[in-house]
Amino acid sequence: MAIELKGVSKKVGADTHIYPTDLRLEKDAFNVLLGTTLSGKTTLLRLMAGLEPPGEGEIWFNGENVTGVPVQKRSVSMVYQQFINYPNFTVYDNIASPLKVQGVSKSETRQRVEAMASLLKLDPFLGRHPAELSGGQQQRIAIARALVKNSSLVLLDEPLANLDYKLREELRDEMPKLFADSGATVVYTTTEPLEALMLGGFTATLHEGAVSQYGPTTSCYRNPLNLISAKVFSDPPINTAQVDKRGDRFYLDDTVSWIAPAKIRGLRDQTYTVGFRPHHLTLNDQKSETVQIQGTVEVAELSGSETVVHLNVRGNNWVSESSGIHPFDIGQQTDVYMQIAHCMYFDQDQMMVQN
Amino acid sequence: MNKLSNQRAWWLVVPVVILVAFNALIPLMTVVNYSVQETFGNNQFFWHGVGWFEQVLKSERFHASLLRQLAFTAMILLIEVPLGIAVALCMPRKGPWVSVCLVLMALPLLIPWNVVGAMWNIFALPDIGLLGKMINSLGIDYNFTQQPVAAWATTVLMDVWHWTSLVVLLTYAGLCSIPDAYYQAARIDGASGWAVFRFIQLPKLNRVLTIAILLRFMDSFMIYTEPFVLTGGGPGNTTTFLSIDLVKIALGQFDLGPAAAMSLIYFMVVLLVCWIFYTAMMRNEGQS
Repeated sequence: MAIELKGVSKKVGADTHIYPTDLRLEKDAFNVLLGTTLSGKTTLLRLMAGLEPPGEGEIWFNGENVTGVPVQKRSVSMVYQQFINYPNFTVYDNIASPLKVQGVSKSETRQRVEAMASLLKLDPFLGRHPAELSGGQQQRIAIARALVKNSSLVLLDEPLANLDYKLREELRDEMPKLFADSGATVVYTTTEPLEALMLGGFTATLHEGAVSQYGPTTSCYRNPLNLISAKVFSDPPINTAQVDKRGDRFYLDDTVSWIAPAKIRGLRDQTYTVGFRPHHLTLNDQKSETVQIQGTVEVAELSGSETVVHLNVRGNNWVSESSGIHPFDIGQQTDVYMQIAHCMYFDQDQMMVQN
Repeated sequence: MNKLSNQRAWWLVVPVVILVAFNALIPLMTVVNYSVQETFGNNQFFWHGVGWFEQVLKSERFHASLLRQLAFTAMILLIEVPLGIAVALCMPRKGPWVSVCLVLMALPLLIPWNVVGAMWNIFALPDIGLLGKMINSLGIDYNFTQQPVAAWATTVLMDVWHWTSLVVLLTYAGLCSIPDAYYQAARIDGASGWAVFRFIQLPKLNRVLTIAILLRFMDSFMIYTEPFVLTGGGPGNTTTFLSIDLVKIALGQFDLGPAAAMSLIYFMVVLLVCWIFYTAMMRNEGQS
């Protein structure tokens, strides 16, 4: 059993920060909360930690109702976006501080701190102060402090957001390994879909204070339950358009149409929302089944090996992502190819239809 | 490397040189001039060497006022710094009361020094002052114009009233700059209120407190106006601090030589303490 939210909601004044939420996170697993800024990720973490009481509902942890239990009586540790360490303690004393509060013996403390320091590559710096180390190393201290406690719940609130690119990648690669052996339930928040995919494990997508989907990360990405999950879990943003289903074809307008996939050909004729990711809208015809549409270039971004083009296609703002370098002028007309095999269809309640 | 022979750029520093000369160098050199010579007026000067310095350093009067000054400054720092921190810790961090508290705290700082002296003088008068009358009616014999202890207590109380706010405001600003996450992390660790103060707030306040102590040291070490208006240095010489004594020698007795020598010694003491603080601050900078 792991952490479970039962009808948990949170209001501050008249603002609803979290709508009533039922969420049961996998035990001993790496859980990612994915959502934009202000989507309620940090509030959810604070509720799980017990730093804030929920407005309504209950929080259960390992089969126990912990709703009113103060944070220091729970087995929780937390890592923040800012690098939080005791400024005038050495690295050693910083990592040892939770053990000191727990009253662990000196020899055991030394053993555990040293093991943790070598796991996080901090052993050369044990005698230094946090301010003398780089941002990445400071965050490593904070992570070591969270891990050394052996808590059953470890909460990480955008821990890599304040690091520069290189350090972020390095630490992100280590992250799942660090927590794999700890036996703790890990909850990790991020705003970046790519980061969630790289961390693996399980993902909950969060939008405006409501959890829209929870499941294994890759299946959340491949099969979003609804349009909101699909939007949250796509960077650059997912392309959408209103399409009419008539018979066995979907019509973008009178001139552009394509045949519906066999599985959903029997659906009721009505308006649906089609969604597809930018890398399924390419500048060159792929071998797979595609639909050719003409669009107007609004912005073209060239990176080392990719071209991202923002287009206006029949009144829809779409993004196309293709490999290779393709220079464009603004306002230029170009043909793009939509891969219909990768299209997702959402009904009028924004739920994904069976595909 | 090509060295240019054009030296005209030196003209650009002339305004600064003139400003510094009139602002600092010339007045200071005048004092230095007086401190090594004897004069009997008529702009006639006689070389006196380090005689005045010897005289000042050996004079019991100087020792006494220096001692009084040190005792006063020590008392001020010992009271105002802990009190300031305590008040800042009690102040609300958010809500409508923040601005009310800040304005109330800033009020004493806005009052001119001589007004503070005059205010407290009247306030503490044993026959008509609110404070003085009240203390006397409690059965305590209190008269700051006659009793040395009462004079000291009143002077210290006045300074605490006037300047604790400065420590409060600086500390409060320091406290506000500590991210909320630190307090959350401490709660998760199960740290006590004392531990939060000792291991998070105090280290984070380190720099701002150094500045507060430095400012309070300098101001109280050079204090003149307030005690001059309140007690005039009395009763007797009991509240004659260094600067009051200096003015007495220079303007009261017109002993320009000893006064100049004393000024320089005074200046050196202040400079020395500032240098010690500066070094300590820079060393802390390296650490945190």
